[in-house]
Amino acid sequence: MLKFIIPLVLFIIMAAFLALGLNLKPNEIPSPFINKPAPAFSAPKLDAPEEKLSPADLKGQVWLFNVWASWCVSCRAEHPILNQLAKQNAVVIVGLNYKDDPNDAKNWLETLGNPYDVSIMDQDGRIGIDYGVYGVPETFVIDKKGLIRYKHTGPVSDDDVQKIFLPLIAKLQAEP
Amino acid sequence: MKPLLFIFLLMMSGGIYAVDTHQLTDPKQQESYETLTKELRCLVCQNQTIADSNAELAADLRRQVYEMLQQGKSREEIVQFMTDRYGDFVLYKPPFRGKTSLLWIAPVVFLLMGLITVFFFIRRKKAAANLHSEAGALEMDVEKQKKIRSLLEKGDPS
Repeated sequence: MLKFIIPLVLFIIMAAFLALGLNLKPNEIPSPFINKPAPAFSAPKLDAPEEKLSPADLKGQVWLFNVWASWCVSCRAEHPILNQLAKQNAVVIVGLNYKDDPNDAKNWLETLGNPYDVSIMDQDGRIGIDYGVYGVPETFVIDKKGLIRYKHTGPVSDDDVQKIFLPLIAKLQAEP
Repeated sequence: MKPLLFIFLLMMSGGIYAVDTHQLTDPKQQESYETLTKELRCLVCQNQTIADSNAELAADLRRQVYEMLQQGKSREEIVQFMTDRYGDFVLYKPPFRGKTSLLWIAPVVFLLMGLITVFFFIRRKKAAANLHSEAGALEMDVEKQKKIRSLLEKGDPS
């Protein structure tokens, strides 16, 4: 009897681990930034490089910080979703144009539409490093106090917007 | 012979690193640079260090390490800088914490499990072997007895 039970138990344990492994998403690294202040920067705006923007300017508002680039293929998939979200005027959307050529970036916004209230430039990727960016697109949700409350890695889907972003934004807007 | 040579060449090709290695004037700092870039994970291509990887992010992180060393930052400060931004995952050698304890303990547990299995396996084999040899001894005795009996029956020739 034992002869059958031991292999069976071993098999079940192995199967459980393999099943867990199948459902893991190694691409989604937990962000150490949750509930921490958004790292400071002072970066030139894409459409007016002489003007600069820093997170302090956005205090008192809930904002999305979306990392994008014209060379990024999944950003293209995400873009219509952001355009739609922008139309709802639920939240300020700030774009971080990551390691991109400003002219390419402007062309991209002209042809595909511009969901961003403002985009800033990070040509050498230093702001990206400060925000732990490793896979564009990435989207941070930042509250009125300037704390990062949520991070999404990879393209945001319509489902994500409905189920995660909009409820979270509503909750954060209600906070003092 | 040719396939062997091919395999040998493949094995030799392992030590290729990304090309834009920064050079620090202080040999001690250069050493820190080399060890650090081999301990930090490239987060885009997750099973490569930033020294191995040619991804843009890896190049940026190498630059970051280089600049911080130039500013006289210590190893610990640089590691702290990276984990603050990317979490423990950026380290190839994760620190021992509640969350990572399984990672550290599991190999030891598996080794112990293996050793225990081997121990019992050997003991069982030995027991079986002993039984076998005892049975052999008995058989020999039977044979000997037969011989003795036949000798007795024939009578002493002398």
